[in-house]
Amino acid sequence: MGMTITEKILSKSAGKSKVKPGENLWLNVDVLMTHDVCGPPTINIWKREFGENAKIWDKEKLVIFPDHYIFTKNPQANRNVGILRQFAKDYNLENYYDVGTDRYKGVCHIALAEEGYNIPGTVLFGTDSHTCTSGAFGMFSTGVGNTDAAFIIGTGKIWEKVPESMKFTFTGELPPYLTAKDLILHVLGDITTDGGTYRALEFNGEGVFSLSIDERMTLTNMVIEAGAMNGIIEADEVTEAYVKERSNKSYEIFKSDPDAKYVAEYKYDISKIEPSVAKPHSPANLDSVRDVQGTKLTKCYIGSCTGGKISDFKAAAKIIFGNEIKVPTFIVPASTAVAKQLGENTIAGVSLKQIFQNAGCEIAPSSCAACLGGPIDTVGRAIDGETIISTTNRNFPGRMGSKKSSVYLASPLTVAASALSGAIADPRDFL
Amino acid sequence: MEKIIKGKAFVLGDNIDTDQIIPAEYLVYSLTDPEEKKKYGHFALSGVPLSQTGLQEGGIPFIKGENYQSDFNIVIGGSNFGCGSSREHAPFALKVAGVKAIIAESYARIFYRNSVDGGFLLPFETPQKLNNKIKTGDELKLNIESNTLKNISSGEYFNLRSLGDILPIVEAGDIFKYARLKGMIV
Repeated sequence: MGMTITEKILSKSAGKSKVKPGENLWLNVDVLMTHDVCGPPTINIWKREFGENAKIWDKEKLVIFPDHYIFTKNPQANRNVGILRQFAKDYNLENYYDVGTDRYKGVCHIALAEEGYNIPGTVLFGTDSHTCTSGAFGMFSTGVGNTDAAFIIGTGKIWEKVPESMKFTFTGELPPYLTAKDLILHVLGDITTDGGTYRALEFNGEGVFSLSIDERMTLTNMVIEAGAMNGIIEADEVTEAYVKERSNKSYEIFKSDPDAKYVAEYKYDISKIEPSVAKPHSPANLDSVRDVQGTKLTKCYIGSCTGGKISDFKAAAKIIFGNEIKVPTFIVPASTAVAKQLGENTIAGVSLKQIFQNAGCEIAPSSCAACLGGPIDTVGRAIDGETIISTTNRNFPGRMGSKKSSVYLASPLTVAASALSGAIADPRDFL
Repeated sequence: MEKIIKGKAFVLGDNIDTDQIIPAEYLVYSLTDPEEKKKYGHFALSGVPLSQTGLQEGGIPFIKGENYQSDFNIVIGGSNFGCGSSREHAPFALKVAGVKAIIAESYARIFYRNSVDGGFLLPFETPQKLNNKIKTGDELKLNIESNTLKNISSGEYFNLRSLGDILPIVEAGDIFKYARLKGMIV
């Protein structure tokens, strides 16, 4: 019996020639990422367990991005960033990207890609559930809590159970009215919020490999919404080109064997998929935009690790160009690099930044912002009984702030069409 | 490790995500400062919509008034308990509030790991749906050796799944104590 890409990477990390789903392994971690919400408690646990003179297992492998609660007056949130800053200073950490400096990056999962930490064939852990995003690079990546992260900082190791794999094959090419968000919402609708629990979700087919790295990250980013341990896409020439531009590290490309075992296989013909939403209050509450169009909105939001990449803003700008929004619309670039690209990318000579400003959108600085609600002064946060459409990843009650709000999740095309309408609208009517 | 956990049930529905267990705006508080960490207990389960909190009837607050500890110390959930974010603040908040065990049909991976590796609480799995059989306030007795749950209020017995692979970590206390027992760390 052959092995899947996930099984191959985990066996390499555990120093074994073969592993089986269900087997418990001790993995050697290539990168540990943390941020301002989970970093401070992780550091506390690490010191508690390994003592004040504790050693970091490998400083080059520890990466810290303050990104969650950045532009806030909340004193405790700012104190937490201060704890990270002091920690980086005390231990002379090179991979710390401080707020208020030109090293500040924004949302960790996108910054990991941009800064060259995503390397095919490696194993990356992070104190954030959307750490699965990095799987778009043909690597194993998953989220853990503070205790597990503290254990990694002290030992470089972590136990994991080898997941069973599910395979999702997309045939055909993405039509102009869809983005990868529509595809992953379909997967979630089909397998529901626990259909991937403790499993690897592997994406395959020409419909996946024709996508940009940005769009591939949208697929792997949301596998956690199905409860998955990791999402993964084999590295190809697109991946290699992206990685080589950003890192000089060597890498190994793993591919699933033809006789690898999958617990379930799903096939999608992209040409049959329609613009889609996840209705309140679950990312798996799939419906077509046509079925909910006309739903009145109070706010539109384009941002986050899921929907705040440059590809997302290019898609939204196609529709918003030359028009005016009808409801407050927030543009929150995931990273400072994306924010810069908003000024550089143009349509008919007009920068994306200008297009959004001309339309009346509010452009906010890069951070996780209202994707997860955050402190009450967070830009774009859901207030009371709002109805919001957003390119983010979760719409559980209260996720974006008020638990009285209703959130629809959709592609940047659908959110842009809805912003121009003041109600949920189908991008096919605007393209 | 306690072999018997007795206490009052607090019943919730399916897909209780970590934002409902501890809303993101409260994650700013210290988990070590003795006063500040009480906030986690006070706000535990405060993100659950009122109609869904304290089933079967709903509308029962988990925490009363300004308290940080709950009258309920066994949570009965449905499927996919603890889905959503990786925040370890979620099992931590339940622990500060006094919860000792959760009994649910299934768990999200990270919440499950955090509960066990951090030694916060016991995540038992039930092969049958219990959040429609047990009522909030029912007196329960959980036997950790025999993996059984008795509803003292109704007289019913339920078999739970064994803790399985995680039992050695649970018995040790947390992942660090387990690794020390195994000689992996000093």
